[in-house]
Amino acid sequence: MDNQRAKELTKKAYDLRKVVLEMIKKSGGGHIGGDFSVMETLVVLYNDVLNISPENKDDPNRDYFIMSKGHSVESYYAVLADRGFFDTEELINTFSQFGSKFIGHPNNEIDGIEMNSGSLGHGLPVSVGMALACRMDNRPSRVYTVMGDGELAEGSVWEGLMAAGHYKLGNLCAVVDRNHLQISGTTENVMTHQNLHEQAESFGWNVIEANGNSIEEMADAFDAAKKVTDKPTLIIANTIKGYGGGDVMENKASWHHHVPDEEEYNEILDTINHREEAVINE
Amino acid sequence: MNKIPNRKAICDVLLENAKEDKDIIALCSDSRGSASMTPFFEQYPEQAVEVGIAEQNLVSIAAGMAHVGKKPYCFSPACFISTRSYEQAKVDVAYSNTNVKLIGISGGISYGELGMSHHSAQDIAAMSAIPNMRVYLPSDRFQTKKLIENLLQDEKPAYVRVGRNPVEDIYSEDNVPFEMDKATVSRFGLSNEKKAVIVSCGEMVRPSIDAAKILENKGYRVTVIDMYCLKPFDKNTLIKEAEDAEIIVTVEEHAPFGGLGSEVASVISANRPCKVVQMALPDDHVITGKSKDVFNYYGMNAEGIAGTVEEGVYGGALLSQH
Repeated sequence: MDNQRAKELTKKAYDLRKVVLEMIKKSGGGHIGGDFSVMETLVVLYNDVLNISPENKDDPNRDYFIMSKGHSVESYYAVLADRGFFDTEELINTFSQFGSKFIGHPNNEIDGIEMNSGSLGHGLPVSVGMALACRMDNRPSRVYTVMGDGELAEGSVWEGLMAAGHYKLGNLCAVVDRNHLQISGTTENVMTHQNLHEQAESFGWNVIEANGNSIEEMADAFDAAKKVTDKPTLIIANTIKGYGGGDVMENKASWHHHVPDEEEYNEILDTINHREEAVINE
Repeated sequence: MNKIPNRKAICDVLLENAKEDKDIIALCSDSRGSASMTPFFEQYPEQAVEVGIAEQNLVSIAAGMAHVGKKPYCFSPACFISTRSYEQAKVDVAYSNTNVKLIGISGGISYGELGMSHHSAQDIAAMSAIPNMRVYLPSDRFQTKKLIENLLQDEKPAYVRVGRNPVEDIYSEDNVPFEMDKATVSRFGLSNEKKAVIVSCGEMVRPSIDAAKILENKGYRVTVIDMYCLKPFDKNTLIKEAEDAEIIVTVEEHAPFGGLGSEVASVISANRPCKVVQMALPDDHVITGKSKDVFNYYGMNAEGIAGTVEEGVYGGALLSQH
């Protein structure tokens, strides 16, 4: 990815954080910490990697994406709206409101969303099924999913890892948003990951580590994943929970699900604007 | 004496259709032998998926395959696929509305000797409680064949429970009165006696028919409703048959909660109240043994069902397993 494009997408990721902030402020609820950590992953996927657009959303040869960490739905919605699947204003005004289709977890009644999620540990096994079926039909499609690191405690994730390795699904790429925090504290305190990199490799996966809050590094990681066709790829996206929100919310488990008060809101918005300007003036 | 279990009838239908329809996929969780699906795995390996002993994965993988256009049939013991995979059935199949057919094999107390871990006496209740999940318990191999042929034509989620052992034929190759989501009614006795209705499903239909024949010989009038469609439940047939009934006896290889008896009682009480007596497995660890011996122990055989009807009509006492 060239510098100019990386800059554009970095700016976009900050802009979309502002959309998320508005959604959560207006609705009075949302998983903002994970939204902010996973934003660059989603921006790169939907702007540089996935063959998915409003025009080809029903094409069987499209790529497929499952948001396994469904609670980060605010950032997912913001990215889909930005790609033209639906209107950003409608999203901000109706998110989590009574009867809205924009509910607090991905909902496949919404254009661009393949499967419902929300219950953790489902995205990877479902993606395994999609990748297997696409390979059976010799489709060019690739299948992507994003999981949280707390989600890895779900046993079904490991069933999926095992099956994907067994079937050598080179058309499957999973991302772990490795922000080290979950609702009760650090992932290491709640349920330790002994060595995720080696664990996944031992299950037959190609493993790539990247700075998950860097557009360039994530774009490079997805490029590298595409080149490995005889095994699935896991990208460990090392991120900061609440990234972009500054001292108020970065690296704080308490922001897993939190609505900023007026002062916090202003401070977060200032930080986002400040960092965005820094990118523009680079 | 029929030697073909319902599970084999399912395999035969899929084998017959898989040649033309390459989207038909069979998935097993180290269960292809128990499911009678070995011939499918051998004949169509490119349409067969083994997931190992991982029932959650089984259902999620099937949902993913269905989403991209496949027609997956998942085979696993009913005790596991109905509750160990419950979350996946709820979210990935029913909620996401994927065309996955869940086939619970060796259902009920088929594995009678193996204990509660291998009994599925909760599956009707569990699966019926999921919105957008249909629930079927076919009675014999001919009805099973018709059911699967029909399910191949639609693109909606469904759970089907079949038993392990062959069921003595109720219908025949050229006489299967089958209509999708409509119960099958058999009438016995032409007298003007008080009428009893026996409503049963799955493997309990055969002894219910036998019970009706015993009662018929005694001069009673009995209607047997083969309610293979637990959900959507065929209310209309039940209400119609209940119009002139003295008593309704329900028979199910299931716990006494949330199954056939509960549904019948609910429909009857709201539409045409009459006495409903439920015959079901107890709310307890089911005694272990060969399934036939277990059914005999609980009186869930032709004589037991006939006796319950007789006592209900003329004994007056409302029997209850609760």
